[in-house]
Amino acid sequence: MTLTVPALSKHPRRSLLDRASFVLGVASAVGVVALLFLGLVVSPPAILYGETVRLIYVHPAVATITFVAFGVCALASLAYLWPRTRSPRWDHLAGASAEVGVLFCAATLVSGSIWGRYTWGVWWTWDALLTLTLMLFVVFVGYLALRRTGGDPVARAKRCAVTALLAFLLVPIDHYSTSWWNTLHQGNTVLRVGKSPLIEGWQLATMLLSFLVFAVLFAWILLRRFEVESMEARLEDEGYVWAIAERRAEGR
Amino acid sequence: MWRDALLVAGKDLRVEARSRVTTNQVVPYALLVLLLFGFAFDQDRPVLAAVGPGLFWVAVLLCCLLAVQRSFSLESSDGARDGLRLSGLDGGGVFLGKAAAIAVQLVVLEAVLAFGVVVLFGTHLADPLLLVSTCVLATAGLAAAGTVYGVMSAGLRVRETLLPLLLLPVVAPVLLGATQAWLAAAGVVAGSGWRWLSLLAAFAAIYLTLGVLAFGTLLEDV
Repeated sequence: MTLTVPALSKHPRRSLLDRASFVLGVASAVGVVALLFLGLVVSPPAILYGETVRLIYVHPAVATITFVAFGVCALASLAYLWPRTRSPRWDHLAGASAEVGVLFCAATLVSGSIWGRYTWGVWWTWDALLTLTLMLFVVFVGYLALRRTGGDPVARAKRCAVTALLAFLLVPIDHYSTSWWNTLHQGNTVLRVGKSPLIEGWQLATMLLSFLVFAVLFAWILLRRFEVESMEARLEDEGYVWAIAERRAEGR
Repeated sequence: MWRDALLVAGKDLRVEARSRVTTNQVVPYALLVLLLFGFAFDQDRPVLAAVGPGLFWVAVLLCCLLAVQRSFSLESSDGARDGLRLSGLDGGGVFLGKAAAIAVQLVVLEAVLAFGVVVLFGTHLADPLLLVSTCVLATAGLAAAGTVYGVMSAGLRVRETLLPLLLLPVVAPVLLGATQAWLAAAGVVAGSGWRWLSLLAAFAAIYLTLGVLAFGTLLEDV
């Protein structure tokens, strides 16, 4: 009796993903170089904060992208839980987005802490926004740990989707905490209702560019992580095909 | 659903009453935690009296973890979880039953811990209505959230380490709200402690609703 080994499935739309990844990668590299040049060379230091103002070209954009990443994770989780749209791809997207979100959240905490040291005189303060951001970080680290628990992929994906939606409840509270409570953290610098931005000229241009650059960087890393998640799932599903092929090759 | 909830709660509480794990192990553990807090603060009575409410709720959270882990580990052997799935009981009912059983154990632990905080730390607890209302709402929230995350981590090899990582950050608002309400009741902070009860009620309502809706699906899949 001959054992039939099923053929390996083709990776879906491989070339499209590759092309998008290449374009986003190049755009990210160019954007980061431009941001470094504008932020460190062209943009002047601030009167009040001196050179530390340059953190404004990293911190607000990274913090905003953190919320976007967790938002994408929650939406993808919702799409996975919804029976009509259920597909493993939503689960992979949620996992990829949460992972990038945790990375950006860590960058937010570190850049915020450095800013706090030079403006408030302390690395950390028990402020509502800071504490909630740290909570968000820990909650999503827990979510990532849950993703790595193994077992049946469908059961794991459902568990993770529910956890992501619960974790996302923290995001609006975190985002609006500067408006709801008297926190040490300053309010919005650019988008102020009925008022002009607090910065102008090269500082404003560089800050706006930072949002664009970090958004493109996020999209690029997200896409790469999504590919890795998909490949890992494929390996989990079809890994035995390779194993059988290897054993057969050994026998020849 | 309510009948199923009573059945499941009765079953869990009967198992606890017969095994006596809560009374013989968890209650002494709770008192031990209070003793360790006493050593950590160098038996400084004024400090302990002031931070007593916060330490009380931290001890409750630690005991909650044990109660949740125990509630789900009971069903890991002898195919008990399969039996529960095949029993035809309503998912929401099973959730409410398990949460109620955990809540009853937590209430017993809270009574013991409150006694310990008053005797060992010298915390002056006044306003019994505020204290009891806080306990009821906080316990409902802890039991509901604990049951949701308990079923998610049940059956996993790493459940002992994963459950605290998932549950503790999520129940932080309960720790915050309940501690502030108790601090106000103990007269440590000025202001009304009643306003924190809305946070506790909202937390409990969210997790109770979510648990009733999603528990059946989660139980099927783990």
